[in-house]
Amino acid sequence: MTAPDGQDELEAQFAQWRLYVQRRRALQRSDAEELEDHLRGSVDELIAVGLRADEAFLVAVKRMGSLDDLSREFAREHSERLWKQLVLTGETDSPVAATRSRRDLVAMVICGAGAAASIKVPELFGMGFEEDADRFYATNFSLFALPWLAAFLAWRRRARPALIGVLVALFALGVVAANVYPLAADSQSVVLTAIHLPIALWFVVGLAYVADDLRSSRRRMDFIRFTGEWFVYFVLIALGGGVLIAFMFGTFEAIGISPDVFISQWLLPCGFFAAVVVAGWLVEAKQGVVENIAPVLTRLFTPLFTAVLLSFLVAFGWTSAGIDVEREALILFNLLLVVVLGLLLYSISARDPLAPPGLFDKLQFALVVSALVIDVLVLLEITGRIGEYGTTPNKAAALGENVILLANLAWSAWLVLGFIRKHMPFAALERWQTGYLPVYAAWAWIVVLVFPPLFSYL
Amino acid sequence: MRVAKDLVAAAATPMVLGILAEGDSYGYAILKRINELSGGELDWTEGLLYPLLHRLERLGYVESSWQSVSGERRRKYYRITNKGVAELAEHRRQWDTVVDALKEIWLGPGDFRPLAAIPLGGQA
Repeated sequence: MTAPDGQDELEAQFAQWRLYVQRRRALQRSDAEELEDHLRGSVDELIAVGLRADEAFLVAVKRMGSLDDLSREFAREHSERLWKQLVLTGETDSPVAATRSRRDLVAMVICGAGAAASIKVPELFGMGFEEDADRFYATNFSLFALPWLAAFLAWRRRARPALIGVLVALFALGVVAANVYPLAADSQSVVLTAIHLPIALWFVVGLAYVADDLRSSRRRMDFIRFTGEWFVYFVLIALGGGVLIAFMFGTFEAIGISPDVFISQWLLPCGFFAAVVVAGWLVEAKQGVVENIAPVLTRLFTPLFTAVLLSFLVAFGWTSAGIDVEREALILFNLLLVVVLGLLLYSISARDPLAPPGLFDKLQFALVVSALVIDVLVLLEITGRIGEYGTTPNKAAALGENVILLANLAWSAWLVLGFIRKHMPFAALERWQTGYLPVYAAWAWIVVLVFPPLFSYL
Repeated sequence: MRVAKDLVAAAATPMVLGILAEGDSYGYAILKRINELSGGELDWTEGLLYPLLHRLERLGYVESSWQSVSGERRRKYYRITNKGVAELAEHRRQWDTVVDALKEIWLGPGDFRPLAAIPLGGQA
């Protein structure tokens, strides 16, 4: 053996090499260990024939050949490793990660069961789905699921007591908003609350998500990523649930038992609310292991949406007919802006901030600008109408959202243009989007809390 | 002279199983043994050996266990199973057939005079 100082250096080199190996997907921890033992055997032998420690290391690594080739060979034998990366419980390489994921699983089961159970609690107080409780469930449904998801995230982030207090207070505020106003079941305000309270509460979930660092733009971007992935997973779970229900219905019908009461009273509501938590847990568990899917969808659909919007503009100019602006139209165009914003957000979320502007950025610019032009046309049409007929809560909410989205996209377009012309860094666009998030939350709370009294509970 | 890659690959399984039949061993030692046996002519890499060992383990021909050597260092030892011994016998039967057939062609029946038309390279 060589002098001890050479040994220290050698250990450092081994440590670095281990890091390189573990970064390979095809190579697991046990493989790395096995290969390291091999390398050490080789180094020992070279030292024995008279090489210095660092020389021996270099030669041994060189003899082993490139890690690329090595991991390709491993991947051929263990091709499943390139696919099945999402290990949900235990069975991972490191025992620490295994205990952590098991504890996550337990917390998820508790929160999911809580969400599933809580939706049945009102029934104990005579508020069954059968009875005339539409208004109650319409305004309150998000309050049965999102607090549980927020609790799971806050637990996972080890949120500080002060933040937990804020979360509890905000959910309590949600309860107040959903229940204290004397709204008729068929009033516009009930519909508005049913739509906006979940949005407002989702941002409370976001608060729990960014619990470790409230002001960090990076963490907020993570929350945007989380939202997209959560949505994708939720839809997938819902599809699976649909298949389950179809089979359940069919098989039980075949033996003369009708399961529709069980399905509509228990399976569907409980499954739905538990799925909210399960989807959140899945996103947390798979983070960094499986590719995000939302940015992939964005890549696919950005060119298609751009084409549709541009052709709409051409057709609009060609026919020179006015836009038929009913209330539905305003909602439709609001949704269009939301989709365009989503496409923008999720491509930002997956982009390397340091990469130079490319064709895709120009495409995105075209998308945002065409959406803006269309929206301005619609707004011009609509403001006249509102002046004519007076406002209702629906119109005011739709118009307010339109203005908020328009402001965001207009400034985004400016920033994207600056980025394409290399005046501005890409990070400016990211900061603008993450900084804008509280605006959506504030608006949702305004609609929920201020609108009903403002429009005298219409 | 280097043995062609395909031939190395074809002989890989019986070679590893044969070495393990001599006694339990680990990756580095197996590779050294192959080197020794072939006089350094067989071009084996780690990328060939370790995935092969893992495949043989998956197929149940060998089993592995981690044993600690000096200090924190652990080493993965492989041991041939009964199934592996049977597989080795089968490989041997096939290789004997191939080798016998080649000998027939190259040496002629019952005659040990090498064919002048097929040079054996610069080794002789």
